[in-house]
Amino acid sequence: MANKSADAQVLDSRSFVQKLMAGSFIYTLISILIGFAIGAVALLIADYNPLVAYGSLFSVIFSSTKTMSYCFVEYATPYILTGLSVAFSFKTGMFNIGAEGQYVMGAVAAMLVGVFVKLPGVLLVPLCILAAIAVGVVWGGLVGYLKVRFGSHEVLCMIMFNWIAYYFSNYIVNHPGVNVGGGKTWSLPIQDEAKITISQWFGKNVVSTNTHFGIFIAIACVLAMYYIINKTTFGFRLKAVGSNRSCAEYAGINANRCVILSLAISGALAALAGGLQVLGVTYKINQFATQESYGFNGITVALIGATNPIGVLLGGWFFGAMKYAGTRIKMLDGSRVPKEIIDIIMGCIVLAIATSNLLRMAVVRHEMKGGKV
Amino acid sequence: MGESERIDWNQPTVEMRNIVKMFGSFKANDGINLKVHKGEIHAILGENGAGKSTLMNVLYGLLQPTSGQIFVNGKQVHIDSPNKAIELGIGMVHQHFMLVQPFTVTENIILGSEPMKSLNRVDMKAARAKVVEISERYGLNVNPAAKVEDISVGMQQRAEILKVLFRGAEILILDEPTSSLTPQEILELVEIMQNLTREGKSIILITHKLREIKEAADCCTIIRQGRYIDTVRVADVTEHDLASMMVGRNVEFHADKKEMPRGEVSLRVEELHAKDYRGVDAVRGLNLTVSRGEIVGIAGIDGNGQTELVEVLTGLRKATSGRITMNGQDAFNKTPRELFDMGISSIPADRQKHGLILDYPVEDNLVLQNIGNQPYSRRGTLQRKEIRKHASELVEKFDIRPRGCENEKAGALSGGNQQKVIIAREVTNDRDLLIAVNPTRGLDVGAIEYVHRYLVEQRNKGKAVLLVSFELDEIMSLSDRIDVIFEGKIVHSIEGGKADEKTLGLMMAGGGGAGGK
Repeated sequence: MANKSADAQVLDSRSFVQKLMAGSFIYTLISILIGFAIGAVALLIADYNPLVAYGSLFSVIFSSTKTMSYCFVEYATPYILTGLSVAFSFKTGMFNIGAEGQYVMGAVAAMLVGVFVKLPGVLLVPLCILAAIAVGVVWGGLVGYLKVRFGSHEVLCMIMFNWIAYYFSNYIVNHPGVNVGGGKTWSLPIQDEAKITISQWFGKNVVSTNTHFGIFIAIACVLAMYYIINKTTFGFRLKAVGSNRSCAEYAGINANRCVILSLAISGALAALAGGLQVLGVTYKINQFATQESYGFNGITVALIGATNPIGVLLGGWFFGAMKYAGTRIKMLDGSRVPKEIIDIIMGCIVLAIATSNLLRMAVVRHEMKGGKV
Repeated sequence: MGESERIDWNQPTVEMRNIVKMFGSFKANDGINLKVHKGEIHAILGENGAGKSTLMNVLYGLLQPTSGQIFVNGKQVHIDSPNKAIELGIGMVHQHFMLVQPFTVTENIILGSEPMKSLNRVDMKAARAKVVEISERYGLNVNPAAKVEDISVGMQQRAEILKVLFRGAEILILDEPTSSLTPQEILELVEIMQNLTREGKSIILITHKLREIKEAADCCTIIRQGRYIDTVRVADVTEHDLASMMVGRNVEFHADKKEMPRGEVSLRVEELHAKDYRGVDAVRGLNLTVSRGEIVGIAGIDGNGQTELVEVLTGLRKATSGRITMNGQDAFNKTPRELFDMGISSIPADRQKHGLILDYPVEDNLVLQNIGNQPYSRRGTLQRKEIRKHASELVEKFDIRPRGCENEKAGALSGGNQQKVIIAREVTNDRDLLIAVNPTRGLDVGAIEYVHRYLVEQRNKGKAVLLVSFELDEIMSLSDRIDVIFEGKIVHSIEGGKADEKTLGLMMAGGGGAGGK
């Protein structure tokens, strides 16, 4: 054993580098800049002036309370929740790639209750939301059960569950009695009592058409997750299983239970996103032509947020803003910039974040090697 | 040993002068000197974290020294990569083997420097011939056609040595070569080292095991906290001298055991059967009792069912049949939690896999099993203040270093201190039975002394202790009773004081007549 001061020195020199490296915030920021830089190159190649385009992007976001509510409420809410869903699973050592399917199932559940159950709004809205959550718990928890009971890999399971949800939704939407009829490919609209839109509370053109109070639920979920992960014995155990399952089991923690619960909660969060989207924005479900990617984009948001609940909230807002504003970038002459540029930027940000993790790991590992003497 | 004939004192092969290596502001090596001669086995002794590996990584070109000079065969050299080191005839056998498991020994040995024949084909015949030649010359006894995954740890190590020799090494660095070997394999290794030096090779042996130094080395350089302490002729000093130089204070080898009447039976295992991970019978009708106030040592060669026995006792593996009782309660095939609540705690063999959550701070690791209990949590909410207070007390009491590490990740501590965290936790849990599996593996003398003290203290408090260890010294010096395990059964049971290494070794190999059970 080296003496106290020598050990302390190791820790000091280490914590300096580690502090820098552990600060995922700085990495995320750099990654976002890299994303925009590569986006700029793409714009240049396509013959758009990136400065003008980005200027337009930011001015769209902050030009009015209406655009801001589009960005940070209407667009952001589902991403915050699916982001939380994925982040929660990451915390417990799993990868909820099934958020997509859970989102769809939550939407279907909320839609069915919202269409068919006759109740006053005070009861109907909570019922719709509970239905979505319940379905999410089952849809996510089932994968956890399969993993624990049969050892099936959760990622493979969930990818298939996503497709089951996709076709199930299409089946429901086209089912006589649910389908709106007249050869249309969408469901009946939910009853007015079930809607959670609150834009009518504000004046005309103050907020976006479909501003809904789901954002408060999402923020409540952010706080709840922060509390669970950091302050409770439940979170302590979940993280323990995620970070070293063998040790957690050795210490008497029921790892199987943790796996199922973690995926059930992740499922609930993603399904909640789907439910709120139906109640607040779409009011009905369209037949899918392709996966809508609310769940998959949750992965992006979770990564941008470095799986930290507060980070996910910021990441969700950022993503929502980009998604909304991306459709409205204009050049000086009024011509539209293709919205695909946003996908390029977001893709590059994720890539940069993913590689920054690699870089960070390499730096830390190197540091450990050096430090271990 | 014929040392004088082997060693050419006029011909230093490696000389390192005043090596300094800084990591940030931390001096890992602070002016270290090392001189190794042709035909010499030179040990480098130091505690964990003393700077041995750093010094060797400098010599092998993995690290660049901040200052200092290196001479090889009298010429000053600048070693900037392992390739350069190999060129200079320096070879390193790492503690963790670097072998491709599904490849044969020969394939592993030639990997990267394959002898070629026409059309870019590997000349396997020539390769094998050369491997066999080297193997025979130094008595390495390696089967060149066997796959690495099928051969013993000892043979894997010999394959590693062969690999280095194949590349023409004249100076061999062996990093903790005995840490995973059985006593028999260690003897063979010592012999191989002597064969090598007889042929004019130099060997640098990194270790913190004093006995091996006495047995094998000619000279020994002692490093403490990164500083050069001394170089001594091994024949002139005792193990005790070496230990004191290494730690910097007097070291007590023998744990202070007071006379204890054996108490009532705490753990009773009868006719236990269990399979290993492949589904092969590993524990076959094992009987065992551990009473209060005694340390029962399980001696045996790795792979005779110890691992599975411990896994069953801690709830990680389901037994196929048998009876287990803990303080009279049925403890057969219960969950880890239930067994813990019944009074079984353990210091696991693999501290990083089972003992600690390396990503968790030390303070959280100290309450791993008790997180659901007051005062560490109330109604499901963590009580950080209490957790910290508990940790601060234990860090102080158990001398976990560095001080103030409560909020550091457990993974940032040295191996010895990681072990202290586990011991602090399990001793504080204060269960009726403590199972310790290789509790001192990879630890240095100072830390070993410390671990032993706590095991004996538990016993002196009237707790039952089950010690499973591959270190015979440890078993012999601590146990009140030694049970020898062989092929999944306890085949002999002897009083602790009455055992000698030779008899035990024989029993562990399935021999030994008297006292059979």
